[in-house]
Amino acid sequence: MGVLGLIIKREYNARVRNKSFIVMTFLSPLIGVGMIMLIIYLTQVNQDSKRTIVVVDESGLFYKDFESSETLDFLDLSPAGLESGLDIVKENTYYGLLYIPKDVKKQPSTVKFYGDEVPAFATLEGMEQQIEKKLTDEKLIDRGVDLDLIDQSKTIVSINIENFTGERTSKVSNWIKAGFGGAAGYLLMMFIIIYGNMVMRSVIEEKTNRIIEVIISSVKPFKLMMGKIIGTTLAGITQFSIWILIGGTLLFILTAYLGLDPTSTQNPVGNMGATDLDKIELIVLDILNLPLLKLALYFIVYFIGGYFLYSSFYAAIGAAVDSETDTQQFMLPIIMPLMLAIYVGLFSVIENPNGTISTAFSIIPLTSPIVMLMRIPFGVPWWQLAISITLLVASFIFTVWFGSKIYRVGILMYGKKPTYREIIKWLKY
Amino acid sequence: MNDLLAADHVSKKFGKYTALNDLSISVPEGSVFGLLGPNGAGKTTLIRIINQITMPDEGAVYLGGEPLQNKHIMNIGYMPEERGLYKSMKVGEQVLYLAQLKGMSKADAKAKSSYWFKRLGMDGWWDKKIQELSKGQAQKVQFIVTVLHGPKLLIFDEPFSGFDPINAILIKDEILKLREDGATIIFSTHRMESVEEMCDHIALIHKSNKVLDGNLATIKRNYRSNTFEIGLETSDDSLSSLENLQGTLLREMTDNWEVTPATFNTIHENDLKVKVKIPDNMTANELLMYLTNKASVNHFVEVIPTVSEIFIENVNAN
Repeated sequence: MGVLGLIIKREYNARVRNKSFIVMTFLSPLIGVGMIMLIIYLTQVNQDSKRTIVVVDESGLFYKDFESSETLDFLDLSPAGLESGLDIVKENTYYGLLYIPKDVKKQPSTVKFYGDEVPAFATLEGMEQQIEKKLTDEKLIDRGVDLDLIDQSKTIVSINIENFTGERTSKVSNWIKAGFGGAAGYLLMMFIIIYGNMVMRSVIEEKTNRIIEVIISSVKPFKLMMGKIIGTTLAGITQFSIWILIGGTLLFILTAYLGLDPTSTQNPVGNMGATDLDKIELIVLDILNLPLLKLALYFIVYFIGGYFLYSSFYAAIGAAVDSETDTQQFMLPIIMPLMLAIYVGLFSVIENPNGTISTAFSIIPLTSPIVMLMRIPFGVPWWQLAISITLLVASFIFTVWFGSKIYRVGILMYGKKPTYREIIKWLKY
Repeated sequence: MNDLLAADHVSKKFGKYTALNDLSISVPEGSVFGLLGPNGAGKTTLIRIINQITMPDEGAVYLGGEPLQNKHIMNIGYMPEERGLYKSMKVGEQVLYLAQLKGMSKADAKAKSSYWFKRLGMDGWWDKKIQELSKGQAQKVQFIVTVLHGPKLLIFDEPFSGFDPINAILIKDEILKLREDGATIIFSTHRMESVEEMCDHIALIHKSNKVLDGNLATIKRNYRSNTFEIGLETSDDSLSSLENLQGTLLREMTDNWEVTPATFNTIHENDLKVKVKIPDNMTANELLMYLTNKASVNHFVEVIPTVSEIFIENVNAN
């Protein structure tokens, strides 16, 4: 085994055998799943308490239009009138009273809701939509329009886009594509923040243990840095995989066992019409139409490249300081480009995937892992990918070299908190 | 004797600060070489250059006649002044890891380390973590890490600082044994008296410059001043002979030579303790003969300058 292999192995073992690492590896998925289950449970408890809304409809237009749902009961008390209706609500501690006056057709904004608390946004909007639809229909009928005719003539159009190289895209899938890139970007950012720090601590370790001179007289700092980054990354991937494995299994078992369905709260698609189903079919087709293999491949390339680049920054910071408390001043400049990349991705790429800003940021190494991942589903010329990946790898290697230079010089001056200016000066040594 | 290590006009600057200025030394094979000088003189910088931790700005270092290369790291064992090991790593794993970094095979490292563990009475430490060991125990591990790969050149920076007296003697003996086995040793220290008796070659460094170097005995011979420390006793206990000794004799010696009072410890109750510097053309025997005629001599030692005295004399002269 080469020296680099030895260092990678030691770093990996040092991380993986660490007690807090082991505890967190097995505790985190438990906590995560526990939280998810708690949220699901709470939302269901919330939904279980059925609410009753009394409807007083003086116009007589809405008779039985308000359908009761699982969480909401509508009670038609139109004959009782507004005042006795309010009394009934108070007596029975009902949730509230919806009052629709007689001339609602002419003055739609006279509809009122009485209640102790402001109703949920969705509830309010549901009622508004029903009233709006009914009133619109009524007005159309008044003018002699056939409602069936309108229903029949409704059409859904989705423009299919094909570029000159033959790659097909469609407008509907833009959000899916952006979603894919966004998810990948967030995953990368999370990974960097969790495990980048670990690389940094590992670099500081040699200094706090005072073993640095012994090590550095045996291996080149460049190899040491490289070994630390790779070893810690492998440890991170191990932990991440265990999290996904345990978390997934737990979630699966719990949902099956408790009969809770986590998807039901995420997609409250109550009563879907035929047109909605069509749309979903289109979306599924769009996902299948994405070049999944290519995406997976580039995801791996950019994920590893991006993570390596950022952890080499962390390593360089670790090389420059003596203790973790001195690292604060360097943290912001690392997080900033990550945030920038996410925002550029969310606003610029979706707006115009091949525009100047998107292209530029997908080539600059600091932002390219996230921005390019978001652009790839839309189709990116191969030369841009080539430049982007080359720059990413080159800047990773440069940063490791830079960090090892700092590391080498850093041992010559113990116990001094370095400034940016000093670090630049060190490069000349 | 061939030179194992030679530094040839080595200079190193850190920004505007000159750490080493055109320094040349040669370390003969099989010698114990003392690299001596006060703190900040540049000793550690030179050692770091030898260990290829930093590169010299000018000049070159040769090991066994070859310019320093990456492969030479396995020929050098270095115990830095700042000592340390991975605290949460097990002793055995750590020793193997560091030995493998130096280029040893795992099997070889295992065999050698079990030899050293036995030799230094460290059986049963293999699976302990460094943080479970006492400081003295950790220092033994540190020593093994330094010598395990059987380097030709051993460098100890401030070797005995931090060692307790028992371990210091133990390590000292082990180092001397390694030298008998053919290793060349470099001691770097600012406490010159601590290694004086062990070194056969020295180099004195002061403010980035070499002040003096060479064979220790030769240097001392060059710096001796023909001065003798003398303790005299009266031949009988009478008051007149005491007066004779402290009056007449002392006056006579003072007239002829440079005489200064001396303080030293002996088992005798001396009536007169002095240091006498005689001219170069006069021998110790002549002085002794002169003295034995006048009184009984119970202490007669040539004053040999210590390394730090030579150092101070040189620094003041420059």
